[in-house]
Amino acid sequence: MPERKLRILVAKPGLDGHDRGAKIIARALRDAGMEVIYTGLHQTPEMIVNAAVQEDVDAIGLSIMSGAHMTLFPAVIDLLKEQKAGDIEVFGGGIIPDDDIPRLKQLGVSEIFTPGSSTQDIVQWIRQHIQPRA
Amino acid sequence: MPPVRRSPKKLRLVKSPRTARPTRAKARKPAPGAKKGRPALRTYDAATVRQLASAKRAWERAEVARSIASAPSRRTEFMTDSGIPVPTVVTPAERAGEDLGDLGLPGQFPYTRGVQPTMYRSRLWTMRMFAGFGSPDDTNQRFKYLMAHGTTGLSTAFDMPALMGYDADHPMSRGEVGKEGVAISTLRDLEILFDGIPLDQVTTSMTINASAIVALCMYIAVAEKQGVPMEKLGGTIQNDMLKEYIAQKEWIVPPRPAVRIVVDMIDFCSRHMPRWHPVSISGYHIREAGATAVQELAFTLADGIGYVEECVKRGMAVDDFAARLSFFWDVHNDFFEEIAKFRAARRIWARVMRDRFGARDPRSWQLRTHAQTAGVSLTAQQPYNNVVRTALQALAAVLGGTQSLHTNSLDETYALPTEESVTLALRTQQLIAHESGVDRVVDPLGGSYYVEYLTDEMEKRALEYLRRIDEMGGIIRAVEEAYPQKEIGESAYRYQREVEQGERLIVGVNAFQSERQEPVQILKIDEQVAEGQIARLKQVKAERSSAAVAAALARVEAACRGTDNLMPPVLEAVKAYATLGEISDVFRKVWGQYREGGIF
Repeated sequence: MPERKLRILVAKPGLDGHDRGAKIIARALRDAGMEVIYTGLHQTPEMIVNAAVQEDVDAIGLSIMSGAHMTLFPAVIDLLKEQKAGDIEVFGGGIIPDDDIPRLKQLGVSEIFTPGSSTQDIVQWIRQHIQPRA
Repeated sequence: MPPVRRSPKKLRLVKSPRTARPTRAKARKPAPGAKKGRPALRTYDAATVRQLASAKRAWERAEVARSIASAPSRRTEFMTDSGIPVPTVVTPAERAGEDLGDLGLPGQFPYTRGVQPTMYRSRLWTMRMFAGFGSPDDTNQRFKYLMAHGTTGLSTAFDMPALMGYDADHPMSRGEVGKEGVAISTLRDLEILFDGIPLDQVTTSMTINASAIVALCMYIAVAEKQGVPMEKLGGTIQNDMLKEYIAQKEWIVPPRPAVRIVVDMIDFCSRHMPRWHPVSISGYHIREAGATAVQELAFTLADGIGYVEECVKRGMAVDDFAARLSFFWDVHNDFFEEIAKFRAARRIWARVMRDRFGARDPRSWQLRTHAQTAGVSLTAQQPYNNVVRTALQALAAVLGGTQSLHTNSLDETYALPTEESVTLALRTQQLIAHESGVDRVVDPLGGSYYVEYLTDEMEKRALEYLRRIDEMGGIIRAVEEAYPQKEIGESAYRYQREVEQGERLIVGVNAFQSERQEPVQILKIDEQVAEGQIARLKQVKAERSSAAVAAALARVEAACRGTDNLMPPVLEAVKAYATLGEISDVFRKVWGQYREGGIF
């Protein structure tokens, strides 16, 4: 039986409207054969986690440009745990200073892609690290 | 409706600016394809063009063919970033139809060569550095620092909660207070922001849109407290809602009521604030979202046409407000194409205003613009390269004839810029202004075969988009149907693919990478900013009269539901210390919260 397609939620939390990156990633993942759900802009962590659980995704990719990453990533991860969906992996990208990355990983973020990352690197990372959830 | 040309009042070209060329244009009877309504004033006479065309064909067969045989072209075809074909060399042979009436002299219709006759010889462009972060006190200090270092106009960045109409204590504001701009919830914050800055002596630009009406009213109220009447206030408020739905995506209510507020503000300013620009029609965000230069040009002009149409529908006379409209362009990497964009924009706008809207006042025809170097072109890799990118882009803006300019800092792919990096960005402009010599002559690239070719091509392609948008029923309709949004999404994806496939080289990213990490300092915004802002908000709420606030908000709501201009009741509400969030809540209550679907 063929393995089921990976399901990825691309999410844009916070108030900034910079969705160029999120949309490019969403398209690139879809072109790579994944099922992609894009939340649209201005989502709260609650809205994102609800969508992830409802859509039964394997991972969430968060795109953050507003500088609110140290608030929003932990909020999403805590809510996932609360909803007993802690096995949904969280990765992300955007304007995130290098110094913040170790702390984010400690908090449970699987990977951070900074400006200049290619969509192919991201696709490859997902294929290597994300498995369809049982 | 396509633009209809009327005959110009008078063609005031006294002589050809191209005295060094082999031939001089003479006014002659209209050539085939000449612009209707006035005789063509050909730059090159037919005999010269024929002679050159034949010489060029021979050159292609001989020299070019030999050269390619020994050193083949690096690409099969060369294109500008917008996809305009780039010839090996442009000569008068390709410029046979060039008409000096399309250029005019600087300060003359159609302003291709600049809106002022003497440009930077009389006054340099305004070096306007965008700033705003943290608390109002933090930004106040940055303003004073920039003024001490020679910046000539203030430019305010607001934080995301302020842009979306939320106060600092709203749940949606978590983690965002003071991060991407200065935090503002009440008039008290603006009083601190402009403390010690005499508002009759500076011009201020405010980058705020969905909640622009609140910010402008707060600014008027602060000035009043300084004893400066609104008639004396000079500056610009971005207030371009159409580009928000297209690209920047900071909104409160749906497009139609949002545009109604914009028109209220244009109307109010045209009556009471003669030195204020009530809208800055912005291509910057459209470009940053992934548009090509042609798309930026077209969608921005379409937005401008949309506002003028709405004002005219309201019964305003075009010459009463058009001179106060201003523009804002992005300046990206393709040097000549960017210069051509500025020139084409001025020419299209002049004709649209005169011929389509019947404006009579030459100031209504003149497209005045601010420009900013392309934030999206900056790279996190080898950040010092960004200084060079920014310098080239800034030079293009100056050669394009901008009226004011912001230059980005090298560290902006990481965070908001530090004081040191902002200073270097400002110095870049000062070097161009005072050392490069480009300030001494007006439109030095006018008459360049290539730049004139690109200017014509940009114009042609932008007019094609404008025609399509007119056919769709205008820009508001097009935005509701997400037409510009989809076009931009396609271009953004294509650009990314070109970079990843190596068709487009970005130094330090997909070529010439280096392992060495160049450390840059990062400006961090403390979470204490949010706590401080929330505390001040609480205090303001405790001190104000809740009855006065409720009454003022009720008057705002009544104006929203009716047709009265919203400026007076909003001004009254901010003076009563109603918060930005409370006033925005009234808008949400009356018109609903706008949401965009998750299309990609």
